[in-house]
Amino acid sequence: MTMELTNYQIILLFAVGGFVAIMGSLVTSWVLRPRRPNEEKLTTYECGEDPTGTAWGKFNIRFYVIALVFVLFETELLFLFPWAIVFGDEGLNALTQGKWGMLAFVEMSLFILILALGLAYVWGKGFLEWEKPDVKVTDVESKVPESLYEQLNTKYQ
Amino acid sequence: MIAFLIYLPFLLVFVIFAVYAERKVSAFMQDRIGPMETGKFGILQSFADVLKMMQKEDIIALAADRKLFLMAPLVIFVSVFTGYAVLPLSADIQGSAAETGIYFLLAVISLDVIGILMAGWGSNSKFSLFGAMRSVAQIVSYEIPLGLAILCVIMLMQTLSLQEISLQQVGGLGFIHWNIIQYPFLIVPFVIYFIASLAESNRTPFDLPEAESELIGGFHTEYSGFRWAVIMLSEYGMMLLVSLIAVILFFGSWNTPLPNLGPVRLADWTSGTVGQLSADVWGTFWILSKAMLMIFVQMWVRWTYPRIRVDQMMSLSWKYLTPIGLFMVFVSGFWKLWM
Repeated sequence: MTMELTNYQIILLFAVGGFVAIMGSLVTSWVLRPRRPNEEKLTTYECGEDPTGTAWGKFNIRFYVIALVFVLFETELLFLFPWAIVFGDEGLNALTQGKWGMLAFVEMSLFILILALGLAYVWGKGFLEWEKPDVKVTDVESKVPESLYEQLNTKYQ
Repeated sequence: MIAFLIYLPFLLVFVIFAVYAERKVSAFMQDRIGPMETGKFGILQSFADVLKMMQKEDIIALAADRKLFLMAPLVIFVSVFTGYAVLPLSADIQGSAAETGIYFLLAVISLDVIGILMAGWGSNSKFSLFGAMRSVAQIVSYEIPLGLAILCVIMLMQTLSLQEISLQQVGGLGFIHWNIIQYPFLIVPFVIYFIASLAESNRTPFDLPEAESELIGGFHTEYSGFRWAVIMLSEYGMMLLVSLIAVILFFGSWNTPLPNLGPVRLADWTSGTVGQLSADVWGTFWILSKAMLMIFVQMWVRWTYPRIRVDQMMSLSWKYLTPIGLFMVFVSGFWKLWM
């Protein structure tokens, strides 16, 4: 009996196969490894100090805004991919003297422009700005003259 | 089916040698000699590492969310490995010929983010959580330019199937038929794709999620033993995956780079006969060699550039790559319709 796998069954085969392969090696490792837990070992790592509190707490709201902007653009991509494979359809373009491609292109341009406006808005509002470190340049009055450094730099060229 | 039997062992062997190569490449770039003790020129170093990791105790912190913690490496690996299902290896060897091809691939490797977030949150460690948050912000930000760069190629090729894209680059003139030569402006999407793919696979200069000088190990701080190895395996798997996609989209997939020059039939000699074993062997050889070259470039970049800052990372994606990517989509559209 021959069995032909459909395309999506093959994808499932990859997922399950990858899972099984990793489980296999994890089980091998489970057989081989020692199990000697103690309290010190099982504490959360915090540079050797006793950990204070839990990590599950608040974090910066900015991540949320980035996630929102991402969702918008990912949705845009979601629509762009199906469009990308039909707008240049040669049969339809020949049939309509290129009007099909033109129409599809203009429509999608409007869609992209609206989203680009959104990006400009987010940018203008400053949601894309992340904290920058203050760079303090300190001038050091060195007794060593510049030319000595120059000499050293060119020595090995 | 055959593709599965090739890709899985290949990935595992590749990771062992890629880790070795990474250490040797970095050593030579820094005027060191790298691992030398285990085997001739240290060639067995990675095997020794794998054996060692197999025997390491598996530590799960008491405070951790056990279920999420245990599942995270599996989710990360499976999502990356499923991506391989739609990649062609030669004209005949391909896992799944699903018409959604690259569309499916983009969707499934996005699940990687969920695995990373599970690892970071499940660890209940501050370092892990910060690493995971950074990683998620980075990966989702770079997904947009990555998608736009791929979209440019899709618009020109008019298909989502990676095998069809490969077939459109077949020809007797070798590299002349590659997309990047056929459509010279694709160099811009390629650069965007390459930068974004470095960020997607958390490679330096975008390795902020695991910036060891500030976050210890980022989202995998709490992982030890073989579970940690699985996370590393997925990282290298991702490197290979994005390299293969770059090769398929821009550099002629499994086609030979050598042209036919009059009586010197270099392209025919190095392509084999379609439908026979020779074509499969040559195709697989070319696509994997090109991918290895891409991986070497990734390593080269890693040991050349310093890590970028968080604010630079965000502005590079949103203020430079995304607008340029949108512009390139217009250029591709114009080219397709009016050139």
